[in-house]
Amino acid sequence: MVLQATWFFIWGLLWALFFMTDGFDFGVGTLYPFLGKSDEDKRKMINSLGPLWDGNEVWLITAGGVTFAAFPLVYAVMFSSLYTALMLILFALILRGVSFEFRGKVDHPLWRKVWDTCIFIGSFVPALLFGVAFGNIFQGVPINQEGIFQGNLFTLLNPYGILGGLLFVALFLVHGALWIAIKTDGDLHDRAAATANRLWPVLLGIIVVFLIATAVFTPLYANYLAYPVLFLVPLVAVAALLGVKYFLTKKAYFKAWFASAATIVFCTFFGVVGLFPNLFPSSIDPAYSLTAFNASSSPLTLRIMLIVVILFIPIVLVYQVWAYVMFSKKLTEEDLSLEEAY
Amino acid sequence: MDVVLLSRLQFAAATMFHFLFVPLTLGLSVIIAVMETRYVQTGDETYLRMTKFWGKLFLINFALGVVTGITLEFQFGTNWSRYSAYVGDIFGSLLAIEATVAFFLESTFIGIWIFGWKKLSKKTHAAVMWVVALAGNLSAMWILTANGWMQHPVGYVIRNGRAELSDFGAVITNKFALLELAHMIPAALLLGAFFVMGISAYHLLKKQHVDVSTRSFNMALVFGLVASLAVAATGDMHGVHVAEVQPAKLAAMEAHWETQTQAPIVLFAIPDEENERNLIEIGKIPYILSFLGYHDINAEVKGLRDFPKDERPPVLITLFSFRTMVALGTLFPLLTIIGLVLRKRLMENPWYLWIMVFAIPLPYVAIEMGWVLAEVGRQPWIVYGLLKTADAASPVASSQVLTSLIGFILVYGLLGMVGFYLMFKNAVKGPEPADA
Repeated sequence: MVLQATWFFIWGLLWALFFMTDGFDFGVGTLYPFLGKSDEDKRKMINSLGPLWDGNEVWLITAGGVTFAAFPLVYAVMFSSLYTALMLILFALILRGVSFEFRGKVDHPLWRKVWDTCIFIGSFVPALLFGVAFGNIFQGVPINQEGIFQGNLFTLLNPYGILGGLLFVALFLVHGALWIAIKTDGDLHDRAAATANRLWPVLLGIIVVFLIATAVFTPLYANYLAYPVLFLVPLVAVAALLGVKYFLTKKAYFKAWFASAATIVFCTFFGVVGLFPNLFPSSIDPAYSLTAFNASSSPLTLRIMLIVVILFIPIVLVYQVWAYVMFSKKLTEEDLSLEEAY
Repeated sequence: MDVVLLSRLQFAAATMFHFLFVPLTLGLSVIIAVMETRYVQTGDETYLRMTKFWGKLFLINFALGVVTGITLEFQFGTNWSRYSAYVGDIFGSLLAIEATVAFFLESTFIGIWIFGWKKLSKKTHAAVMWVVALAGNLSAMWILTANGWMQHPVGYVIRNGRAELSDFGAVITNKFALLELAHMIPAALLLGAFFVMGISAYHLLKKQHVDVSTRSFNMALVFGLVASLAVAATGDMHGVHVAEVQPAKLAAMEAHWETQTQAPIVLFAIPDEENERNLIEIGKIPYILSFLGYHDINAEVKGLRDFPKDERPPVLITLFSFRTMVALGTLFPLLTIIGLVLRKRLMENPWYLWIMVFAIPLPYVAIEMGWVLAEVGRQPWIVYGLLKTADAASPVASSQVLTSLIGFILVYGLLGMVGFYLMFKNAVKGPEPADA
């Protein structure tokens, strides 16, 4: 029991870390056509992600891999149920990844336009669809006794699912705008900071609506009412969001970015805590839901994987922090003139 | 068309496309790490230009390898959910370990390598490339451990209606996986070496970038020679093990119908699977199959007729892919040995340089054929002897899979064209000239 519960929270943590890290990549990519007025602006924006996005994306691979390893039945049912949505996400991620690498390789306006469009699609679509997917998971998905999905892509596009999508997009836009403000100076920096300021009340509004809608559409608050101390999780999320505004006003963009990261992590955990022990709840009958207890791997596998995660995730964090520190300074002319730069 | 067939086509398309990029990533990363190390040791700018030139081609290839890899991990869930639920306890953990232990390292450090030229000392920068190279190969080790388990499952018990882990040590020391690794790593190095030699040969033929090209060619030649011999040796060991644990694959590889001792091989055959015989057999050599499979000319080799019809792999594809792989595998050491003889007079032997230019695709073909042999030869099993492919697919609508399959073909087709165009363009352009 304890082992399975532990894995449930590691599962939530890995998804939260993915949204926190790749989230600003998605945000920057979505803002890209709007903030990138010149080719130089655009190059600054993608080079601000250059050294980091690939490592960030591995959190997705790890979150997916850990779902497979710790909860194989969830992995099987969730990913086959969300078939079309997941395929769209994967194709979008493919486009994003190659666009960064390809865009600068040919000096022709049409060529760049194609990859610019791909960068936008490849960032916006995953942001939206991950939100839609998680909204649906929070609310429950029509799976029957055999774990077979009784619906299609449009089943997922219900009001609460779409609200989840908007929430993720808004979270990542603020996160991304702050990152551009950190990494650039001059006009682009000013526009990014102004964008973060303008988006902040929108995000606040969506979060408030989301917290209310969650009470209407989902059973997530049951855990909170049973253990009111858990309300600390959404409270910290809201406090972190207020922190974003506070640091924005003080023009302390790094601190604002950290506050935004905390907002994303605690928003994710708001859902994860409410879900427990469900990983993939059925909206047809709660008895069909896949939980940490009825869908997990064997105790031996869970123990071995726990050792792997406890040993290696801290190591990953150490070298990723090293990379972040190395590449957190504002982009310089020298950075952009590098032969390998995007 | 049914879901199983469509899902198989999709997985085959996605893996084979992914594997156009993986071996070059594995092999070339090591070669580039050596080049950069030589630069740090000698301070010779030519080594730096080599590192930068091959690095540029490496990165285009790397991007395609990374993005096409992600879809594979998720396809086990989207398209093979019954398989995933059945073997996730073991197979899933191997994929998760791969991501945590190896792929994180590779992906984070490649970013540092690309953008860290001015931020790191020369030594640290070269060390970062070594981390990339080692992490990539470590990644391959875990993936092959996972594949090796599908080929020859070990360390499990059937419990709760699925395969559960019983002995982790047995899984990670699975002989099948270790042999795959011992065969695949040198094969990747061989491909990297032929890539470098082929493009260098082109520039030598054009009498341009002679310094970088000569030195690159000679460095790659050493890797190519050692790797081509290692590939042949480990391939032989692998064959013996296949004979032991996957006898149906061995029989299909050779279109060997009749159980017999002193079994012959045929150089080429066209099988008639319906009537359990070969329509045409060319070049029958006695004893050889017994020898290849068991290192004993008198050994008995079980024929396809003695396997139930529904446990036989498709014979023609298995046979053809094996022959292509072996023929090419024999050619590679010959080409590198000729290179060794001519290495001081490359420019005076344009015929050899032309051969090497046109040899660039050959290791790709050989490696793809090797995987076709491994995977098609395993059929009808998805996990050998344990779970059939027909019972492994997701309960999704075939229209969904057809749509995504078309999506894969379109997106990958386009990406492939763009990617190879960019690699071709940059390869032909050659390294940046030395600063005057």
